[in-house]
Amino acid sequence: MLEVRGLRRTFSGFVAIADVTFSVERRQIAAVIGPNGAGKSTLFNLITGHIRPDTGHVRFDDSDITGAPPSAICRMGMGRSFQHANIFPKLTVFENVQAAFIAHRRTGTNFWLKSRSIFADETRVLLRSLGLLGQADTISGTLSYGNQKQLELGLALAADPKMLLLDEPTAGMSSSETKATIELLQQIALERELTLLFTEHDMDVVFAIAQKIAVLHQGRLIAAGTPAEVRSNPEVRRVYLGEQHP
Amino acid sequence: MTHPLIRRVPWTLLAFAAALCIPLLASRFYTSLATDILILALFATSLNLLLGTTGLVSFGHAAYFAAGAYTCAILMKNHGMPFTAGFAAAGVVAGLMALVFGFFCVRLTKIYFAMLTLAFAQIVWAICFKWNDVTGGEQGLANVPYPDLGWMASIPGLGGMRVGEHYFYLTLVLVGICLLILRRISESPFGRILTTIRENPERAEFIGIHVRRYELAAFVVAGVFAGLAGALFGIFNRGVFPDFGYWSKSAEVLIMVILGGMAQFWGPLVGAFTLTALNQQITSYTEFWPMVLGLILIILLYAFPAGILGTLVNVLGGRGRRTDA
Repeated sequence: MLEVRGLRRTFSGFVAIADVTFSVERRQIAAVIGPNGAGKSTLFNLITGHIRPDTGHVRFDDSDITGAPPSAICRMGMGRSFQHANIFPKLTVFENVQAAFIAHRRTGTNFWLKSRSIFADETRVLLRSLGLLGQADTISGTLSYGNQKQLELGLALAADPKMLLLDEPTAGMSSSETKATIELLQQIALERELTLLFTEHDMDVVFAIAQKIAVLHQGRLIAAGTPAEVRSNPEVRRVYLGEQHP
Repeated sequence: MTHPLIRRVPWTLLAFAAALCIPLLASRFYTSLATDILILALFATSLNLLLGTTGLVSFGHAAYFAAGAYTCAILMKNHGMPFTAGFAAAGVVAGLMALVFGFFCVRLTKIYFAMLTLAFAQIVWAICFKWNDVTGGEQGLANVPYPDLGWMASIPGLGGMRVGEHYFYLTLVLVGICLLILRRISESPFGRILTTIRENPERAEFIGIHVRRYELAAFVVAGVFAGLAGALFGIFNRGVFPDFGYWSKSAEVLIMVILGGMAQFWGPLVGAFTLTALNQQITSYTEFWPMVLGLILIILLYAFPAGILGTLVNVLGGRGRRTDA
């Protein structure tokens, strides 16, 4: 589904990502972990087109998307949520998701329709599956942080993606919010036959749901494999897990 | 949401009906002032599609106003073309100019975007100022003819009126249509996408929106309507002059939008009314009018941080939801 080969990116001499190669299979739930500054966000930005790689290739769903603009990659079926809840804060919850439908169904070039009722049913169905229907008319910036992250997931799902990239989906959440979000993610991934790639600080979350784990350290990939393989990898234990899981 | 009772009143229709009565009830002076306000309201509302809806600060919107004014004036005065042709051409020329300038401007963001729009506007001003053969240079083009509005005299009630009053009606109808079109656009799916760009361009890009292309489209639409306003203004003013495109004109229209309230569709109209009326009143009292006007503006902007109409809607509606979003 997703294949990253020999990806490299430097920022004025600093090597943020050094020759990273890995792949995610269709319908797999995969995680990228690593200490702060390991290059996880940079890797995501390289995959989704926000940053161009110096060398290397990204293949998604059997086509080369290296260097394509984010909007094009999004339309090919890659959804993304960001580390900080990244929504349209002054629009209502309903308008947020509706805008994503408008963008995905390419009705944004329509100058003349009334936007109020367009894709209203689809928007409500999606909001219900996220548990946000009751707050449809709330200005989204006033939602709780957990709800904002769920709404952001809704923005990604409105594009009917084949794959979701989630940058720390539970960052800043309470433990009950974290649990609810993880269950929601697993359920949605199953229902929509999604491929998931996520980064996460919480190791319990990672080892609970990931089928494949890639470990980044200082921009290099030091291990990739099943949770069991990664857990027993000596280098991973030394640079990363060893510090947190003695 | 605004209070349901306030919402149910067809304000737009009432305002239009009231405006129809102006030449019947008010003096020629006030009819002329009303024409001025209407044209500037269209100019300001076109800018607000960029400022309030898309979140783009253009500091050179007068360029498209001037382009429209000169196009229409040159075609009508020097080539004897009818008003309909001149008016349409003004929109087309201003739109094309916005397409070319906008192509470069949307590649920049924030203050750099504003600076580049200003730079392009100064180029337009310099062309108007120097190209004597076509634009009349520093002297501009005086005596732009009125369109032939004799047919209006056959409408009952408009018979005994002068051409200035007939021109008011023409302006009222054309500006009314343009404003309704702009309103429709800002409420369309296209308008919704523009608001997402205002709110969060990075995220907009990743719900699949080609942000620059949408910004350019908004820039062109705003340019077209600024051009149409310019065409009307050149005739109203009985001449077109280089200062139509000068930076102070761009600043003036920016002030109108902010003064009226950029979160409200009708905010720029309120701003155009307030600024023009203030200007008129103060100049008749004191020669220090720019200073007095400046002081009043400072007080108004402090008293109405969301603009006059914006603050009013917030107070009446309690929640202050954006009508354009």
